[in-house]
Amino acid sequence: MDSLLNAARPPVFCPGCSHERITHTLDKAFQAMDLSGERIAMVSDIGCSGLFDTFFNTHALHGLHGRALTYAAGLKLARPELTVVITMGDGGQGIGGAHFLAACRRNLDMTLLVLNNFNFGMTGGQYSATTPPDAEVGSGFLNRLERPLDVCSVARAAGAPYVVRCSAYRSDIADVIRKAIEFKGFSVVDIWGICPGRFSKRNRLTPKAIEEMLSRLTPFEGEVAENQRREFGEHYRELAAAQKTIPAPAAIVAQFDPVNTARQEVILLGSAGQRVITAGEILCLAGLHAGLNATQKNDYDITVLRGPSISEMILSPQTIDYTGIGRPTVVVAIGPEGVARRKKMFAGLDETCAVIQAAGVDIPACRARIHRVDLKAQGFKGTDWALATLGVMSQLGLVVRPQMLEAAVAARLRGESMIGALEIVRRVKTG
Amino acid sequence: MALSLMEGNEAIARGAVAAGCRFFAGYPITPATTILSHMLALLPPLGGVCIQGEDEIASIGFCLGASMAGMKAMTATSGPGISLYSEQISFAIGSEIPIVIVDIQRLGPSTGSATRGADGDIQFLQWGSSGGLPVIVLAPADVEDCFSLTVRAFNLAEQYRCPVFLASNKEIAMTRASVDPDCLKAPEVVDRAAPAPEQNFMPFQINAGERVPAFLPIGGRTLVRQTSSTHGPDGYITTDPAEITRQLARMQTKITAAADQLGIVAHHPSAAADTLVVTYGVTSRAALSAARAMKASGTPVSLLVLKTLWPVPEAAIRQAASNVRRVLVVEMNRGQYVREVERILPGKAVHFCGQMDGRLIAPETIREAVLHG
Repeated sequence: MDSLLNAARPPVFCPGCSHERITHTLDKAFQAMDLSGERIAMVSDIGCSGLFDTFFNTHALHGLHGRALTYAAGLKLARPELTVVITMGDGGQGIGGAHFLAACRRNLDMTLLVLNNFNFGMTGGQYSATTPPDAEVGSGFLNRLERPLDVCSVARAAGAPYVVRCSAYRSDIADVIRKAIEFKGFSVVDIWGICPGRFSKRNRLTPKAIEEMLSRLTPFEGEVAENQRREFGEHYRELAAAQKTIPAPAAIVAQFDPVNTARQEVILLGSAGQRVITAGEILCLAGLHAGLNATQKNDYDITVLRGPSISEMILSPQTIDYTGIGRPTVVVAIGPEGVARRKKMFAGLDETCAVIQAAGVDIPACRARIHRVDLKAQGFKGTDWALATLGVMSQLGLVVRPQMLEAAVAARLRGESMIGALEIVRRVKTG
Repeated sequence: MALSLMEGNEAIARGAVAAGCRFFAGYPITPATTILSHMLALLPPLGGVCIQGEDEIASIGFCLGASMAGMKAMTATSGPGISLYSEQISFAIGSEIPIVIVDIQRLGPSTGSATRGADGDIQFLQWGSSGGLPVIVLAPADVEDCFSLTVRAFNLAEQYRCPVFLASNKEIAMTRASVDPDCLKAPEVVDRAAPAPEQNFMPFQINAGERVPAFLPIGGRTLVRQTSSTHGPDGYITTDPAEITRQLARMQTKITAAADQLGIVAHHPSAAADTLVVTYGVTSRAALSAARAMKASGTPVSLLVLKTLWPVPEAAIRQAASNVRRVLVVEMNRGQYVREVERILPGKAVHFCGQMDGRLIAPETIREAVLHG
């Protein structure tokens, strides 16, 4: 296969820059793999490593600093057949650290070439995530305070299945890159090189010095035994294909006459664990069975197993524009936390409102009609209290009829849950 | 007639799928999380891809990569996440990458209140990215809108090659509502235009009389370049001021020149009205309720509901305001879109009624502001 280098756009690196060497080496690797340009996507971001995509006759995507791995993942998931090669600098390792960790954990079949030259060449030689503490760089004394990142050890710890650390001057570097690209999974090649424009102006760095530095570190030469596993994309497609199609929500046809043709507002004031939200949904479905429009909005704390659980429902034959509660038809008080959250509401209630108050739950004084129900004495578990109060409402002729409620239970629940719920709404006593 | 019970976020997910979206990536954040969970239920059985990113920056980055590979892509978040999207939004604008971005607004600033609604990002969505080019923002008012405007958002993203935002609100997103399933049928679906086969392809080449470049995917038989750098028609960096001006002016004009076609509004005029209420999103429903009550009580008010917020539907606003003494802008924030209305109605009395405290604006509040504001 011919060279994929773009003859119209030769490399523009500073004389002596190891990036230029890697450009030609990568081209050799592509040639050795017999890859044509349309089968490759070069993905790059900011810095001198971000110039790479312009030198090759391949597909190319050049984006924001540190984000190359994010675009590459989208490309690879969308087009699994593409060979995706990402170039990032040591700067990108710092700013894109979260993406680097995630890419190692995810294991998409892509190759990341880290063009590691120990500084931000493009902006004036500032220190990067890999700058040695004893180097003289453009960030004053700041690099003396931080420990450089060991890219390969981090990659291994994060789960990368293929990791190489090498010098840009290694004689078999084209082979190293080719093998990394051929590996099926996420491969990281941390290539140490020289930035003559910035870094080696103030620091003595030679190919030999790089070799000596590398010899003092844990070698990484390819497959990481403990991280071998399935490639993400292939695995994803296998699991995705086994997912069942989710049907659209049930379309409910009106079967019953509504109790009332005015707008009716119901608020369930409960505590976490009383299945308030499910009861609220069942009440809405009951309304749908009578041809009513319905809305439900909920209020609960982020610690879902503790605190108030509140559900606000509106049923109306008209379009429901405003979904706030103005004049509730029914207030259900079954949990002290829910009552406490809405305690100011009670002063405004009048005799047009019915309050269903569970025994043991105190409510502020109000002028509403109070129906007290001892759900505990009737043998209901706390998890069934919200549903039981819907049974109370239906028996009192408030908002729903028993037939509407039972149809809603049958629409929302299945099997044993449905049978149990029907038993609850039928068995509950209003007094 | 049959009715289904559905929250706004599910309608957005179903609208996206109906529009041909087969790639979604998002990061969990209340009140947008249920879009992620619905897309995870819907896309895999269709052969689509739904991914949870390591953060919001990655999630939108995945989408941009997938969109450049030719897929219709969507992401969804709330205020803190839309802030993190910012650099990627400017990439999508400047490099003309189609994407639908859903912002389920919650009470801010900052982390604010995760479970309380607001419309506090309305100026941010237009201006919260570098470079200052126009975007398209649609604002659903109810579950039906969540479906139909999502389909429209995809169509516009494909047609104009730009990010299109859905500015929803917790109060629509997580409130279940009855909906006629017949309203949730996909209307016409638009796909991005490919170049003519004989054309020598350049990624940002503009044909005579057009403002949007033809699209070919990365990974196809023709080599495609995409770049976040200032570029010419060939997708390579340019420093030529004339070329830069040509490209940026085109990206601006492709949106601004289409403002009238992009503008979706619902005008409810009342001949005897002294005041025009201008509003959008969930607040427009309280305004409709207020307008009905005021008509019944003999103090009619006109109402203009905006479904397109950006580009500002200026002609529609001017026309609706032409017969009234004053305009009242009602928003779930401290005064954002009212700036646009003031800008395009010089000399007209423009008043503001806002509330940003975690509660919906009640119809009675709007009525009071019309009568006594």
